Amino acid sequence: MVRINGEELDVAGSTLSEYLSKTDYDANRIAVEINNNILPKDKYSKTVLRDGDIVEIVSFVGGG
Amino acid sequence: MTDDKLIIGGHEFTSRFILGSGKYSLSLIESAVRDAGAQIITLAVRRANTNKNENILDFIPKGVTLLPNTSGARNADEAVRIARLARELGCGDFIKIEIMRDTKYLLPDNSETVKATDILAREGFVVMPYMYPDLNIARDLVNAGASCVMPLASPIGSNKGLETKEFIKILIDEIPLPVIVDAGIGRPSQACEAMEMGAAAIMANTALATAGDVALMASAFKLAIEAGRRAYLAKLGRVLTRGASASDPLTGFLHD
Repeated sequence: MVRINGEELDVAGSTLSEYLSKTDYDANRIAVEINNNILPKDKYSKTVLRDGDIVEIVSFVGGG
Repeated sequence: MTDDKLIIGGHEFTSRFILGSGKYSLSLIESAVRDAGAQIITLAVRRANTNKNENILDFIPKGVTLLPNTSGARNADEAVRIARLARELGCGDFIKIEIMRDTKYLLPDNSETVKATDILAREGFVVMPYMYPDLNIARDLVNAGASCVMPLASPIGSNKGLETKEFIKILIDEIPLPVIVDAGIGRPSQACEAMEMGAAAIMANTALATAGDVALMASAFKLAIEAGRRAYLAKLGRVLTRGASASDPLTGFLHD
């Protein structure tokens, strides 16, 4: 299982790009961290999600 | 007036009103930015949602500088982590450091803020630290590479106004960087007063978000901030300690 934004998902083995393509995240408007390390956009397609990975996908929201 | 620029980390701005984007609807952001005349708007970084129609970046006019904050950070490491993610989002190098340990008063942790400023300035960020107005910490922030200091006027979101006035004045006198009053400013008159004192800019969010008409209040703040700036540049007239001073000639008619 891979923990993505706090949710346990059965996506180990697929690449980050593959996972994102099945979701409605706007890939141009997100930043991704895997196990506390930022993943540059050009590595999305080569990065395979592994069992136990903790993934954070963030974007901008309103704030002060 | 046209050559009166606010300079932050080498970037020039003619507006001295930094607008927050929290707590009001995305559809109001564009008019708030326009009516505020704002050239800098703050944002927060949070877990992304999957609704493509609700990205705040689509509501911010082009050419406005984005100032992500590190809200949610409880220490320097978390602030650094958020700042790096914000930069990865690809909207520039500006970062407003906001580190809070308590959720009741939401006061900034000054010492952690100095640590985060030091790390992020070395990484090339334009660092804008939100702080409790303390001269010694402000000096540490200057030495750590901050591009300005952002002292609070009163507790964040309180709309209570310039409760820390004396201490902000000290920062204005002693700190060789823009002093941007952030947090607690609730009314245009308070923003004007801070600008008359020599504050370089005002950051406001809740004052607008909780107003009856967000865009109209944005324009009221714009005018107040400009009025205060002009008064500061014009240098305020003196105050008499006692007595009066006539504004009209006292001789030349009737009794002379």
